[in-house]
Amino acid sequence: MSAPAHDAPVLTAHRAGLVGCRSCGRAWPEAETICRRCGSALVPPDRRCLNAVWAWLAAGLIFYIPANLFPMLKTSTFGGLRGNSESTILGGVVELMHYGNYGIAAVIFAASVMVPVGKFVAIAWLATVAGRPATVEAAHKRLVLYEVVEFIGRWSMIDVFVVAILSALVQLGFVASIHPGPAAVSFALSVAFTMLSAQSFDPRLIWRGLPLRSRKDHE
Amino acid sequence: MQTEGEYDLSTGAGLTACPRCDALHVERELEPGETARCLRCNTLLASPRAGAFTRIIALSFASLVLMVGAVFFPFLEISRMGFGNETSLFGVALAFSHGALMPLTVAVLGMIVGLPVLRALLLVYTLLPLARKRRPFAHAVPAFRLSETLRPWSMAEIFVIGTAIALVKVGGLANISFGPAFWAFCGLILVNAASNAFTSAATIWDAIEDAGMATDGREIVPEPRA
Repeated sequence: MSAPAHDAPVLTAHRAGLVGCRSCGRAWPEAETICRRCGSALVPPDRRCLNAVWAWLAAGLIFYIPANLFPMLKTSTFGGLRGNSESTILGGVVELMHYGNYGIAAVIFAASVMVPVGKFVAIAWLATVAGRPATVEAAHKRLVLYEVVEFIGRWSMIDVFVVAILSALVQLGFVASIHPGPAAVSFALSVAFTMLSAQSFDPRLIWRGLPLRSRKDHE
Repeated sequence: MQTEGEYDLSTGAGLTACPRCDALHVERELEPGETARCLRCNTLLASPRAGAFTRIIALSFASLVLMVGAVFFPFLEISRMGFGNETSLFGVALAFSHGALMPLTVAVLGMIVGLPVLRALLLVYTLLPLARKRRPFAHAVPAFRLSETLRPWSMAEIFVIGTAIALVKVGGLANISFGPAFWAFCGLILVNAASNAFTSAATIWDAIEDAGMATDGREIVPEPRA
């Protein structure tokens, strides 16, 4: 973060009795409910948005379980003579390591295990601490974390695309064929729900000392 | 009618709230090339670029042309021991068309073809009159809002990286060759990245407003205008 006045007093729209539009930035009197410039709903930065965050997060978690239990890819080589294999996400990683492809195994492991789990933890943490009084430095860190989660969320969909490309491409009849497994759907849903969860989170909450709690400084 | 630098704390006129941290800023018309960042959290608020609207329109048309190529030409081809297979972009989406996986076909098609096309069309619709300093078309406001809402769901660039990973995985199994659609898709990614770099949502909202759409006369009108 660049220098500009870390602890200079900042007037927020909320404290000024206004409500800012999250879509176009225009400030409106608090009573307005719809931004008259861009037409999106005006929501004050309070903890109500957290309900949606937790709900989408729970949905994402639920679908992440079958995504790991069911096979992602079904491969058959030489008409099944060299074996039909069904690989789950983790199974695929282990298989790659058996063949010595540690690099690719690491990439897949990062993209389909570490990133989704990290996202669940990060969103849950952000939603838990949201609105608690924070120091300016802590708030900056939380905003960076939120931006990382928001940016990286869509990239988890890469696994679904890989499955789609592989199963469309590898259709060599007797020699080898790959079919998608049911885990692809639940993984895609899990990613979509987590994206919605991150989108429902209102980053302005990071900056607000929660008025419902006693506002004592932590440090 | 507002003049520059004036603001009203009771109605919010002439003020901008940072979408990330809610800090209030006094609104000012930016010169092309200037960049406005939030004082507190450094979020990019607006970055108007000279000729940006015309360029976004041009880039949108380019992405439409490339998308037509990407959809109708062969995408990838593999061969091994005399067996060969070739797939198009539709083939990739249709990989999920068996039984319970069917809905994923629609989702994948939407994310890699439908939404990029729809966003390009919406941007052209919104910006065409603005680039020629005319009044925006009817419903330009919801059109641009929809385009911004759909932005994270348009995943063409993720798809291309996915292609790279898939190729590494298949690499040992068979010979692969790229079709014209693959290169069209790579071009599409560059075009979209350029278009995103020129798009500054706040600037476009200002332009829609200044061009006489909606609102209640609170918009800041730049001084020299007859």
